[in-house]
Amino acid sequence: MYVYDEFDWALLEQRVAEFRDQVRRRLAGELTEDEFKLLRLLNGVYLQLHAYMLRIGIPYGTLSSEQMRALAHVARNYDRGYGHFTTRQNIQFHWIKLEELPDAMGYLAQHRLHGIQTSGNSIRNVTTDQWAGVTPEEIEDPRIWAELIRQHTTLHPEFSFLPRKFKIAITAAAHDRAAVKIHDVSLRLYRNDAGEAGFEVGVGGGLGRIPYLAQTIKPFLPKRDLLSYIEAILRVYNQYGRRDNIHKARIKILVHQIGVEKFAEEVEAEWQTIRTGPLALEPSVIAEIATRFRYPDYEALDDNPDALTSARLTDRAFATWFNACVNRHKQKGYAIVTLSLKPEGGTPGDATAEQMDAIADLADRYSFGEIRVGHEQNLVLPHVRQRDLVELWRALDAIGVALPNINLVSDIIACPGLDYCSLANARSIPVAQELTRRFRDLDVARNLGRLHINISGCINACGHHHVGHIGILGVEKNGEEFYQVTIGGRADEKAELGTLIGPAVPYGDVANVVEDIAAAYLELRDRPEELFIDTVKRLGVEPFRERVYATRQAG
Amino acid sequence: MRLVKQGRIVEDRFVRWLDDAPVPEGVAVIVPHTRLLAEPELARRDAPTGVIWPNDRKVAELAPYVDRLALIALVFPVFKDGRAFSQARILREQFGFAGELRATGQVLRDQFVFMLRAGFDAFEVTKDADAAAFAETTRRYSIFYQPTGDGRRTAASARLGRVPAAAQAGRQRALQET
Repeated sequence: MYVYDEFDWALLEQRVAEFRDQVRRRLAGELTEDEFKLLRLLNGVYLQLHAYMLRIGIPYGTLSSEQMRALAHVARNYDRGYGHFTTRQNIQFHWIKLEELPDAMGYLAQHRLHGIQTSGNSIRNVTTDQWAGVTPEEIEDPRIWAELIRQHTTLHPEFSFLPRKFKIAITAAAHDRAAVKIHDVSLRLYRNDAGEAGFEVGVGGGLGRIPYLAQTIKPFLPKRDLLSYIEAILRVYNQYGRRDNIHKARIKILVHQIGVEKFAEEVEAEWQTIRTGPLALEPSVIAEIATRFRYPDYEALDDNPDALTSARLTDRAFATWFNACVNRHKQKGYAIVTLSLKPEGGTPGDATAEQMDAIADLADRYSFGEIRVGHEQNLVLPHVRQRDLVELWRALDAIGVALPNINLVSDIIACPGLDYCSLANARSIPVAQELTRRFRDLDVARNLGRLHINISGCINACGHHHVGHIGILGVEKNGEEFYQVTIGGRADEKAELGTLIGPAVPYGDVANVVEDIAAAYLELRDRPEELFIDTVKRLGVEPFRERVYATRQAG
Repeated sequence: MRLVKQGRIVEDRFVRWLDDAPVPEGVAVIVPHTRLLAEPELARRDAPTGVIWPNDRKVAELAPYVDRLALIALVFPVFKDGRAFSQARILREQFGFAGELRATGQVLRDQFVFMLRAGFDAFEVTKDADAAAFAETTRRYSIFYQPTGDGRRTAASARLGRVPAAAQAGRQRALQET
């Protein structure tokens, strides 16, 4: 966990004071709504259908138990008793009053939490692997780099009024859990043939109306050049990104309009003027940031203690949960535990204040007071002693977060949709809820294997539908909600955009279509181990299209 | 609109000379970029000359003039359009422009600190109340994460120069004893 020093604290206090003054000026009529809109967005405040929404960033997905309690406090006292974890390691509160915003923000700031640059045309919360620092797969902890980028991009004097939002994600593991390829800048930390660690830099990923995956413009960037290179990308984008049309303002459009080679040349030319300047990362600066990441004082333990082995053999329910929700830790005797925020009939990513408090207590007891948030809208306890797993499982079950559906069909990613969002064309949450009911039988879900469903309520794609194994996009047709279905998308290291299977279907038919796709897969897979996504890759969309539209009008 | 320089509201000594009329001798003027590009000798007048440079044109074109121009005015057509922040830094940090760098257009107090950091030192402030609040507003921040050409010390460099508290106390005692 990163520990703030006096500089970090002072900056946050200064920002809260500034926003308090901006709200005062708005309420006094000194700022127009248009002017205030830009300022509130830069602090994570949206105006939605029913109320203001406050989005709080959780840098690189790491939360302390104290911070989780602070979120519970805000949920209870300023919202309606719950919060919504998003696909970008943020949490949203959907029912905040403008007059109370500065106080809620002030309270959160005391706990190192804020909404700075969680919206607006700014550099957003830098995201990474929710298993950072604990997975044996990674070459080093990517959060150190995420923190360096966080600081460099916070209140950046040059890049706070970009053409459009700007998202950076970083992974340091072979398996990409951060979906880096769908970000404006994707960073993959890896070791080259000479054994030196550095970054593969991609640019121009993003979903929305015109989806693209990031393209590599720097196959290997030395660590010391990370900030200067990002600065060069941003400077090119800030000057030449389109500002005449909000739908064409993301960096992906610029990259495609001038071509990725030309874009890379522009960045290279800019970079050469600044790479040896003050942004070059001296080892002392990197070391200083690294020393402020505190790691748990692990006990020397063995893997697979007897208590765990016997519980796995004798308790079927526990074994099921273990297989779905527990993963290997780099420290012997410990485990990474994923908590499902996808209960049957629930809203993906929602947690109540009571759950948040209880999870904070469990984190203190079992996970060195640390919690993680992943882009799949689930939570993680990252450092659990294997011998405590049975006890922890019972405690998690008691608060409804031990459903063993991680990575299964009911582990759905969804945006808030028309129930909250003023941009949405259709509802997302009820579609997700209906699907969790249809696939409530975990034996059926396990038989289907890994299967990611992503739902967005509009073309802005906050539910990342393009990269869902099954993607569902809400559209509006003559005042009615319809849904387009894509298959074959994925967000991991083999990222791909999904393919539309056919005409949109009405709201009431979405779950039936998904059931048809699932049934088709079971018939088409060449063996039980072939995942849905691999079957689609092997056979293409056609057999699924035939199955779905055999009984429906194709047009 | 009020002009703010060095933290205070001041009179503008420059006259905007926006039409094609001959530029008068002995008067500080600001001309449109088209005029400067058409009449490069304007940059060699005896009296101070400035230019209004649009935010969709490369400032690299100004490179031949930066030593001669007394003022460059960059434009924020609306305050969400941040292109001039990059232009300002390039002019200051890459071309070494040392004259007055003026922010024009929609200039609100909420941009002052960013503008100062990008290299602006003169501000045509849209609202009188914001101009009056300039000094107070720019004192709001004392911590900066990014190095820019304005020379303000960054948090990173302050951290490296930080003397551990115990060492500092020791030095205090040593100073008192001498």
